[in-house]
Amino acid sequence: MTTDHAADIDRHVRIYITVFVALMVLTIITVAISRLHLPVHVAVSIALLVATIKGTLVACYFMHLISEKKLILAVLLLTAVFFVALLALPAVTHYNGFWIH
Amino acid sequence: MDIPYTVEVRRDTGLTNGKIGIWLFLASEVMLFGALFASYILIRTGAPSWPRGDTILNVPLATFNTIVLITSSVTMVMAWASLMRNRFGTFRIYMGATILLGCVFLVVKYFEYSHKFHDGLFPRTNNFLAIYFTLTGLHMLHVFGGMVVNAYFLGPGSKLWKTNPEWFTNRVEHSGLFWHFVDLVWIFLFPTLYLL
Repeated sequence: MTTDHAADIDRHVRIYITVFVALMVLTIITVAISRLHLPVHVAVSIALLVATIKGTLVACYFMHLISEKKLILAVLLLTAVFFVALLALPAVTHYNGFWIH
Repeated sequence: MDIPYTVEVRRDTGLTNGKIGIWLFLASEVMLFGALFASYILIRTGAPSWPRGDTILNVPLATFNTIVLITSSVTMVMAWASLMRNRFGTFRIYMGATILLGCVFLVVKYFEYSHKFHDGLFPRTNNFLAIYFTLTGLHMLHVFGGMVVNAYFLGPGSKLWKTNPEWFTNRVEHSGLFWHFVDLVWIFLFPTLYLL
């Protein structure tokens, strides 16, 4: 193992620990906000925003997406499009008889 | 014949076959959980009333489990980093810790489920509990599956380290990607089911 390689891994380890602390703080924030008993739409928005930040940290740093090859990012972008479409389907049903008229 | 592109990268993808394989699998997993999340949204928005998760479920236990799973993600990535540093002994400690934390998560879930069943709360009781048991049950199966793979790499699978350390490191990285995905799903399940 070269000195540069070892230094690179050490840098990564420091990032992992920083991300770990950030995830713990965000978990506490998530629980604390839920205790405020905010209106449902505000609570959902904030909870999903915090969860998205946490998920992004895990994906970018623990799963190394921040330095991953373009092919994998392309696969995930395509997945994200279908995922959003899937979640949007129930929302569409809110519009009364959207599919019928 | 050796399996091709386990260590050396393919010229067309710039990746090993294992790496692209695990990411395609995870993409399919995103759609699997996506379908269940979409079902949750549909059932919840269509219901005349919906209980807050914290009135039925145990938030302190779930918070503890969130911390356990996040910690296990760190130990998993540290296990991989240990192999990258050629420290096999440290790898074993971190991998053992990851499996142990997975066990803790499942034991806590066992107590949560037992308590619900004891109170007469089953998937058939109402829509909230039906989606709760489906989502968390599927997630638990993923935790168990990840633990089995990690236990293999800690036990018999670790022989590969002696003959082909680079391939073994790649395998552990792929196993780690799955484990982090399981953590990521829980990060969204926790507020969705327990807090909202």
